[in-house]
Amino acid sequence: MRQYILRRLLIAIPSLLGISLVLFTVLALAPGDPFSDLATNPNVPPEVGLALRAKFGLDDPLYLRYLHWLVAMAQGDWGFSFVSRVNVDTLILQRLPTTLYVIGSAQLVALLIAIPVGVYAATRPYSIFDQIANTLAFIGFSLPTFFTGILFILIFSVKLDWLPFVYTTDINATGIGWLGEEIRQAIMPVMVLALFQGASLTRFVRSAMLDVIRLDYVTTARAKGLGQRRVIIKHVMRNAMIPVVTLIALQMPAVFGGAIVTEQIFRVPGIGSLLISSILSNDTPVVMAVTFVFACLVVLFNLIADVLYGWLDPRISFR
Amino acid sequence: MAGLTLASPSVERRASSPWRETWRRYCRHKLAVVGAVLLLILVAAVVFGPFFWHVSINDIDFNATLQGPSLAHPFGTDDLGQDLLARMLYGGRISLAVGLAAMMVSVIVGTLVGALAGMSRGALGHALMWLTDLFLSLPQLPLLLLLIYLFRDQLKAVFGPEGGIFILIVLVIGGLRWMPVARLVRAQFLSLREKEFVEAARAIGASPTRQVVRHILPNALGPVIIAGTIDVAAAIIAESTLSFLGLGFPPDTPTWGRLLYDAKDYLDISAHWALFPGAAIFIAVMAINFIGDGLRDALDARRVV
Repeated sequence: MRQYILRRLLIAIPSLLGISLVLFTVLALAPGDPFSDLATNPNVPPEVGLALRAKFGLDDPLYLRYLHWLVAMAQGDWGFSFVSRVNVDTLILQRLPTTLYVIGSAQLVALLIAIPVGVYAATRPYSIFDQIANTLAFIGFSLPTFFTGILFILIFSVKLDWLPFVYTTDINATGIGWLGEEIRQAIMPVMVLALFQGASLTRFVRSAMLDVIRLDYVTTARAKGLGQRRVIIKHVMRNAMIPVVTLIALQMPAVFGGAIVTEQIFRVPGIGSLLISSILSNDTPVVMAVTFVFACLVVLFNLIADVLYGWLDPRISFR
Repeated sequence: MAGLTLASPSVERRASSPWRETWRRYCRHKLAVVGAVLLLILVAAVVFGPFFWHVSINDIDFNATLQGPSLAHPFGTDDLGQDLLARMLYGGRISLAVGLAAMMVSVIVGTLVGALAGMSRGALGHALMWLTDLFLSLPQLPLLLLLIYLFRDQLKAVFGPEGGIFILIVLVIGGLRWMPVARLVRAQFLSLREKEFVEAARAIGASPTRQVVRHILPNALGPVIIAGTIDVAAAIIAESTLSFLGLGFPPDTPTWGRLLYDAKDYLDISAHWALFPGAAIFIAVMAINFIGDGLRDALDARRVV
């Protein structure tokens, strides 16, 4: 098992390097020059501009610039935000917990919807319940997150006036009141993401269950005289959930995409809305760093899924 | 073994051609038929609609701002008094065209990569699959935003504001979505290239290109068609997301996502402005997803459950 984890870790490193290479190539190919303002500014003598370019290594060959950039990123020197005048890493560390909190709760709610519905639908394939669940799941993942968000605001904020549609960090309350407000304002962003996730997860759970339920050992368990409940929960579900773990990890890039949109709609101060606002204000260091953080998170979740997979299914880790 | 001797009901229908059989299986999926009809209506509306609805998309009328649906403006008006029906018909053409074009890009790239990886037995195949896995773990939306942010102005200068953004969005969306197709094609190629009929073609001296084009590719097309269908829906969502975030088409190009972006600040006074384009995106995406599901039933004869 330890060897398996080590192997997975070693596989994650080249993919991180690959992603950083892709990001750097994109940036290097892009038109525009961070010092273009200096060149056109009449108050800056040209030799000062050239000296600055040399100091920051902008005239070095590409591979050297990539190495410099990579070493700086690895050392935690992520640059300086042009707009908010803070180090990029402090900016991201401020925003990251909110994003993880929203995504994490959404994923939890999605699982709480998907597992019971998917399991129940799989035990009665093609029943009325299954057909309704299937159709609803289709509707759920055909509804883009930005439209669900707008619908939620229309219904719950504008018409019913139950929930606030702008996320605030400075709530005027303490203790229980603060906690209540905090949960109340997170309901809509979390539900928007959870419904989108839950819809596709329901279909995954259902088909994974159907794959296992036909196996011989399930028939054996039934033949021993075990009850339906026990067979489904102890025998079928345990094995059916294994592929679902991988599918959740594969969905991670889509989840982050949804999180960016949701954060933007509800003005949640996470790294998704940070990305949009820095793109709109041309804040290149922040844009690059946030994209890289998203990439790292995807690789990290893939790694976690791989390790979990090996733990759940020992056949994998002994291969 | 008793199951093998049972005559399956389809044996009696031997006279029907494979395409007819596929069509029959497709029609059994009721929601897929509903989806096809809905999509046909939408496509017909955006293609032929402007010939019947002559209102211009940028006629500004300050006497009729933010009006709800009426006879003069069936879908209402926006904050400048522009007719929303006309704008949606025009924008729908772009939204659907982006979806189709991006799907073509992803299917062509995916088929090429998958076919190369499936046919080569050496390092090339491994390298291509590593590349596919790498692209799969890229965060799609952040990268899309990054690419558009970096290259927008350059392409705008070369191809004009609308054409440049169209090419950029299609290439970027297609270029980030080819991986599932590549994996499917490779898997199909790996199993098909060992089949007897390919070996027979090889034995009579067919060149590798001919083996692929005449014998392997036609048999691998089913999953590609299904994945391509789903890709159209995903590309429409991706374009709408970009426009919704204010980073897609320029403001005077009213794609459905852009309309939603403009409408989101007026939700409390004119909900219709957001609801019509949002519903259009939803109906298009759902219809395409249902069609994809129907095609899966129709094209994959081996699937039982």
